[in-house]
Amino acid sequence: MRKHLLSADDLTADDVHTLFATAAEMHDVQRREVKKLPALRGRTVINLFFEDSTRTRSSFEIAGKWLSADTINITGKGSSASKGESLRDTVLTIGSMGVDALVMRHGASGSAQQVSQWVDAVVINAGDGTHEHPTQALLDAYTLMRRFGTGGRLGSLEGRHVVIVGDLTHSRVFRSNVVTLTRLGARVTVVAPPTLMPSGVDAWSREAGFATSYDLDEVLPSADAVMMLRVQRERMSGGFFPTSREYTVGYGLTRARLGVLGPDVPICHPGPMNRGLEIAADAADAAQSAVLEQVSAGVAVRMSVLYHLLAGEGVA
Amino acid sequence: MTHGTVLIQGASLLGERTADVLVVDGVVAEIGTPDAPAGARVVDADGLVLLPGLVDLHTHLREPGREDAETVLTGSRAAAVGGYTAVLAMANTSPVTDTAEAAERVHDLGRAAGLVDVQPVGAVTKGLAGEELAELGLMARSRAGVRVFSDDGRCVADARVMRRALEYVKAFGGVVSQHAQEPTLAGPTACCHEGELSGRLGLPGWPGVAEEVIVARDVMLARHTGSRVHVAHASTAGTVEVLRWAKSQAEKDGTWAVTAEVTPHHLLLTTDLLTGYDPTYKVNPPLRPAEDVEALREALADGTIDAVATDHAPHARHDKEHAFVDAAFGMLGLETALGVVATTMVETGRMGWADVARVMSTRPAQIAGLTGHGRPLAVGEPANLTLVDPATAVVVDRDASVSLSRNNPWHGRSLTARVRATLLRGAPTVLDGALVTSADDTEGTPA
Repeated sequence: MRKHLLSADDLTADDVHTLFATAAEMHDVQRREVKKLPALRGRTVINLFFEDSTRTRSSFEIAGKWLSADTINITGKGSSASKGESLRDTVLTIGSMGVDALVMRHGASGSAQQVSQWVDAVVINAGDGTHEHPTQALLDAYTLMRRFGTGGRLGSLEGRHVVIVGDLTHSRVFRSNVVTLTRLGARVTVVAPPTLMPSGVDAWSREAGFATSYDLDEVLPSADAVMMLRVQRERMSGGFFPTSREYTVGYGLTRARLGVLGPDVPICHPGPMNRGLEIAADAADAAQSAVLEQVSAGVAVRMSVLYHLLAGEGVA
Repeated sequence: MTHGTVLIQGASLLGERTADVLVVDGVVAEIGTPDAPAGARVVDADGLVLLPGLVDLHTHLREPGREDAETVLTGSRAAAVGGYTAVLAMANTSPVTDTAEAAERVHDLGRAAGLVDVQPVGAVTKGLAGEELAELGLMARSRAGVRVFSDDGRCVADARVMRRALEYVKAFGGVVSQHAQEPTLAGPTACCHEGELSGRLGLPGWPGVAEEVIVARDVMLARHTGSRVHVAHASTAGTVEVLRWAKSQAEKDGTWAVTAEVTPHHLLLTTDLLTGYDPTYKVNPPLRPAEDVEALREALADGTIDAVATDHAPHARHDKEHAFVDAAFGMLGLETALGVVATTMVETGRMGWADVARVMSTRPAQIAGLTGHGRPLAVGEPANLTLVDPATAVVVDRDASVSLSRNNPWHGRSLTARVRATLLRGAPTVLDGALVTSADDTEGTPA
């Protein structure tokens, strides 16, 4: 495994399986009354969040604490540029406090990669702009594999058709997921109106081996899993789509579309959900919805990531 | 600097014929086989190519306002080392060059530095705000004699303002140099060529069409107003297509004109360099894919693009140490431009040295209205001259730069050809590839 986790591309399929095996053990810990493991005692993990986040930050914080790491949150809104300090100075300052890992969320694509070149600490990308969010992809894949397995054992994504729907242009979740899911053997189709497809997606999808579609209804019947992405309402002012009503009709997981899905097809959403826009309440709360499983898997997967990147070689 | 006598021995003039060139009192006095007059400085130019001094249509000298990144003096040094004898200093300083007084200040700082002729570019609009015309006429009448106007860094996006600017500058033979970037298609955060890579990297896209629609609009406005428009840093194949059509029309009509420049970096560097999110490669317009680079080279060779202009854009180190989208736009260019042109155009057989003289000296001087530069290598002409070693490859070292800044995308790259000497009106500013300090330049030092 590489030193940092900056992109889903940093992990081979073997790395992911290794992480998941540990995550499954960590997952069991969550059910214990005393959840703390001593694995990272004496290690310091800083959650450096330049952007608002509730679930990712608390997920990493709990993961660190359950591994007995000293976990500290630093939040600062706005770019370092607007504060007059360079990003390099900001992270060198924090890095110099003797930090073992920087879990970083920043509004700028590529920022985690840049920071990894400046500090000695392990850098874990917790979302960089509209680029990547690799631990989200890991927890999504892990959630699906649990669903496809039996008796708590992980199943396989091999040949499974995963449909990702929503604002792909601005989605770091999509960018990481398409890498991780295809690496684990899934067949991925991404669906969005043309205005919310990333630039150059035709060439990219050909090369990376995923499919694209503008037509959700055509794709949905063959889905083994559906992943709905958040659509920010402010995108309307950018002219990406005319009205939320029109978006929902074209690309929302409505009650009618829920009827098309088989009862065992998991429905994922990275949150926060816009109920009524990209996902109907009926779908969000359906028995097949995996939304809350994703959250609990998130802690287990992040424990595994912290453990493997910080506890050193040969631990699994 | 003194105007002594200099004898350049054995230079290949434009790479075409070998001769000795005698310079007396800042003027080319004799070409052929003159004897060295007593006290003349003799420059051995065996194997070197002699060009008219280079002229840069597009330089950012940062003074006033950001003297920590570059000053008129340090930028002039970089220009001289790069073989330049004249540079046009862009107006986006702080304060903006939008008055006669501001233009004269830059002009005078340039004369005081004395290494190249620093010709200020005037802003098109007050404060580069794109709304009201700056005092174009007063800048033109000033001691600086401004003829090139540009809001560079920003596009004159309002069609009515652009139209008025084009009309107004006709009174004094001015030209509007447009930074073509339709702001609704490529906003202030746009920083990566829009395409597969911007999609993958999640960087705000800067589509080529945002340049092309402005170029297309502006050539129509130039035709309508009977004026002259210059396209700064053309970066796409689509712009080249529009230029090709526009030039053919302008030639037919004979009442208006369009000219264009390309930067050295757009002739060689490509979008894929952004993969590592290194802000050294962040520039506006952004680096484009190889297809665009090829179209630009072809257009430069066939004259569709008139000139190479550096867009030398020094930045303090900390202004580049931000996240990619937050970092400053721009890269150094003055010291490496000739090497890039030699590498991309001469070494590839697309251009000869006479063509290099055309695109880096003659045409830029004509576009800028600089009568003392870009002249033929002939007796009686001002001795603004550049001597180039055409064959030696140099690995660029950013720490060897005489610029104050280090945002150098060429660091570690090998470029063919290096500037050996530069003469400004007969006075050497660079000898043996190094800046001439005033202490070295005593009258009549024998070589």
